[in-house]
Amino acid sequence: MVALSAPVTRRFPSRTYVTGAVVVAWIALWVVLNGRDTLPLGGAQLTPLHNRLGEAADAIDANRDSNPLFLYFVNYIRLFLDAAVTFVQALISQPSFGRPVPLVGWLGVTGVATAIAHLYGNRKVAVLTAAGFASFGLLGLWEESMDTLALTLTAVALSLAAGIPLGIWAGLSDRFNRIVTPVLDFMQTMPTFVYLAPLTLFFLIGPASATVATMIYAVPPAIRLTAHGIRQTPPATLEAADSLGATGGQSLRKVRLPLAKRTIVVGINQTIMAALSMATIAALIDAPGLGKTVLKALQTLDVGTAFNAGLAIVIMAIVLDRVTSAAGRRVETVHRAGRSDRSRLRRVETAVTAAVAVMLVYLSYTYVWAAEFPGGADLGSYVRRGADAASTWAQDTLVTYTNGLKNVVTYALLNPFEALLGRSPWWLVAVVAVALALLLAGVRAAITAAVGCALLVALGLWHDSMVTLATTLVATLLVMVLGVILGVWMGRSERADRVLRPVLDAGQTMPAFVYLVPILGLFGATRFTAIIAAVVFAAPVSVKLVAEGIRGVPHTAVEAATAGGASTWQLMSKVQLPMARAGITLAASQGLIYVLSMVVVGGLVGAGALGYDVVAGFSQHQLRGKGLAAGLAIVVLGIMLDRIMRAAAARAGSPPASR
Amino acid sequence: MAVSSVADHESPASAPDGDRPTVLDVRGLWKVFGQRADRVVGTPLATLGRAELKRTTGCVAAVRDVSFSVCRGEVFVVMGLSGSGKSTLVRCLNRLVEPTAGEVLLDGEDVLGYAGKRLRELRRHRFGMVFQHFGLLPHRRVLDNVAFGLEIRGVKKADRLARAQEVLELVGLAGFEGSYPDQLSGGMQQRVGLARALAVDPEVLFFDEPFSALDPLIRREMQNEVIRLHHEVGKTMIFITHDLGEALKLGDRILIMRDGELVQTGTPDEVVGAPADDYVRDFVSDVPRSDVLTLRWIMRDAAPGDPLDGPELSPDTVIRDAARTVLSAGRPVKVVRDGDLLGVVTPAEVLEVIAGAGGQS
Repeated sequence: MVALSAPVTRRFPSRTYVTGAVVVAWIALWVVLNGRDTLPLGGAQLTPLHNRLGEAADAIDANRDSNPLFLYFVNYIRLFLDAAVTFVQALISQPSFGRPVPLVGWLGVTGVATAIAHLYGNRKVAVLTAAGFASFGLLGLWEESMDTLALTLTAVALSLAAGIPLGIWAGLSDRFNRIVTPVLDFMQTMPTFVYLAPLTLFFLIGPASATVATMIYAVPPAIRLTAHGIRQTPPATLEAADSLGATGGQSLRKVRLPLAKRTIVVGINQTIMAALSMATIAALIDAPGLGKTVLKALQTLDVGTAFNAGLAIVIMAIVLDRVTSAAGRRVETVHRAGRSDRSRLRRVETAVTAAVAVMLVYLSYTYVWAAEFPGGADLGSYVRRGADAASTWAQDTLVTYTNGLKNVVTYALLNPFEALLGRSPWWLVAVVAVALALLLAGVRAAITAAVGCALLVALGLWHDSMVTLATTLVATLLVMVLGVILGVWMGRSERADRVLRPVLDAGQTMPAFVYLVPILGLFGATRFTAIIAAVVFAAPVSVKLVAEGIRGVPHTAVEAATAGGASTWQLMSKVQLPMARAGITLAASQGLIYVLSMVVVGGLVGAGALGYDVVAGFSQHQLRGKGLAAGLAIVVLGIMLDRIMRAAAARAGSPPASR
Repeated sequence: MAVSSVADHESPASAPDGDRPTVLDVRGLWKVFGQRADRVVGTPLATLGRAELKRTTGCVAAVRDVSFSVCRGEVFVVMGLSGSGKSTLVRCLNRLVEPTAGEVLLDGEDVLGYAGKRLRELRRHRFGMVFQHFGLLPHRRVLDNVAFGLEIRGVKKADRLARAQEVLELVGLAGFEGSYPDQLSGGMQQRVGLARALAVDPEVLFFDEPFSALDPLIRREMQNEVIRLHHEVGKTMIFITHDLGEALKLGDRILIMRDGELVQTGTPDEVVGAPADDYVRDFVSDVPRSDVLTLRWIMRDAAPGDPLDGPELSPDTVIRDAARTVLSAGRPVKVVRDGDLLGVVTPAEVLEVIAGAGGQS
């Protein structure tokens, strides 16, 4: 025991000391070399690479109708996706078939949605659904809501059509699972806003690109959870089926799929939530719907309108989440309850519900009052005015606190970080990054760091990347402070868990755009606003991971320490936190990825650097190449940080003796 | 000592009875886990010990050159400690685990050559298996679980449910058809597993430590249930266990395994009375010998002066059952089969076995 741990205890402080020394040396050199070789690039300045990227984009535009790849492949996908979305829009949101209104009006859509909620969920979510859909109309956003719903549903249908079969395959085949897992990892760690611009190159601006972007984001949970469900079939049950002579198909149909059903429904739920969140974000590439309303309002700093549309998004998120969750819970109970005499009752209920829904659809097809939402009760304008008033009041009243918080974070954290990263010579930062990666995470991470730094320099966006990195690190730091405090609290107290969990769930399911609105109202358009938005986006994940880590500490270890007379503080600092180290490191790396994916959103609300470059690339044609490069730079930062953090986490997670 | 002197007596029943045909004949069966496992069998590597083999090739030999045969209607118990390869052995027989080498003859035909449809047909019609952890389908009612094998086989719904109902009554679960597995106790769940295996009316039933996960009382109840079912349906059963008591109670014959190798095959009284080596001797040392051994093991040749007018008993009478007769007879008891005098038993021999119980040699 002593012999084993001796070299480790000797090595531990030494590595910590070296790490400290690297940082101290960096600061010392920074004082001397401040401002030299920082590779800045003005807002409208371009490098030859940016020009070439811009030209390449133009070339794609020019050859869209002659290049065989586009002519025979990409364009067909685009036309198909456009047609699919347009079809659903024609059904529920846009005037179509020579009619002044869509085929199915508000009454019909609300009726069908409520019927589905009733049949697959329960009475409670049916009421919720009816109220939710009615509120879209009352807020004056019926058409926008239906556009968002159309895009979401199309993307969800396509995602499930692809995701569930792939998930089954991944569940059955180890080899395919090994191939598909890193791809899914990549799809999920890639910052969401980054692939929007390249997608428009292939699928043009509009519903097709929006659908593809949404699918990229929404397909992974469907594949993952289906595969997980298929995989977790108890081996004893499978063996029993085998021993009875079941074929592979029989095992899948009669054993694996029924047992995986619940997990697959959870996957469908996550797919829907991801799709809704991305469908609103896709407003950046002109996707129709509520996201567009929010985006326009954000650009004109119209807090009231943004809040109103944000509210509609939240309502839609809640309705979709509750209905699919209820459906998931029902999967088992329905089967058990649906026997003999009760099944006849159930059939009658189903028939009546369906008949009512069909009747409402018919009414909304035939009569204008059932097709167009009556404009009389305009709740929307009250909401807008109320939100405006609240925002003004909050800005005026809370200004001391909000400014205080803003100033503390800006002067105590953001500015020093930005100065250190942005005003050091690029080679110094690169050397420090490689050294730290080597010390904390190992050789492979160091190589990743070196390659990443070289790529950032090559992309011509070194300085912007460093400014973004500073913002990202500060946001991650805040996320981790929140994560550890709340996570430990949650991990230790059942009651805290009960109170916090729904809040965190809401934070995770709410589309990112929505909470920008109140934050923007409170803090105005600054770097700090971007940081707060990122923290709100990333904190739930980190809090949950920390809580899970704390709860994962073996009960016996806690009991043993308590029996030994440890105080609460000793218990936390000597047992729970050290043993949850792997979970906490994972929380940090996930938090960082989430923060990074908000960089582009930050560009919308006042953060400069890479986020702004991407946003400017959307709107100004001559900056298109630079926008693409900035997107790449964000991806490079993300991959680099993710790899280093993961390697560090793996190292922290393995027991010291095995190193 | 009387007992050990009998060890080199003629061997009573270590081979299957002549009048019962062999159902399953296993010859030279090997199962080696690991990469390139097929390069081990038949080479000098096969003679290596377990640890050495693991070190030199990375392979683990779970079953090593095991041969035995099982008669129709027999309860054949495979016993060994965990890791002895017994579960692997039984899985080799219905090919849930693919054997590395050897033969498994079912009515003289090697089932290791079966593939695809033929193998499935074999499992669907001729073999049945009961698992340690039941392996029930939680989303189906008890009745549907029992009917599952028939469903796999393609039997019409009404027919399979009728048959399932029949079997449920046989295992004493009538009234629980509509329950779900998680609503039943462990013992009842295993009855469902048993019913599922019986429903397809197989020729051979495999039991893989079916009662290990159950409470002792429930376990005893289930053992009695198996004995009762064996009387009623007369199936050939191959029963895996790590519990010697269970093996002695249920087994017509017992195969003892250790580190993948067959150590001894024999009837319960042979295993207890004539252990093949120290391992088995150590294993059976706690067994009350008078409960297992028969008079055959303690009788001695009649001496010239012995009075031969005492009561007669069969050589297959268990000592405990014979004790009262022997002790109260006042003269040697004659051990007689088919009118032939095989030997005599006096209180001295009986008392020696009872007094020496557990602490022998």
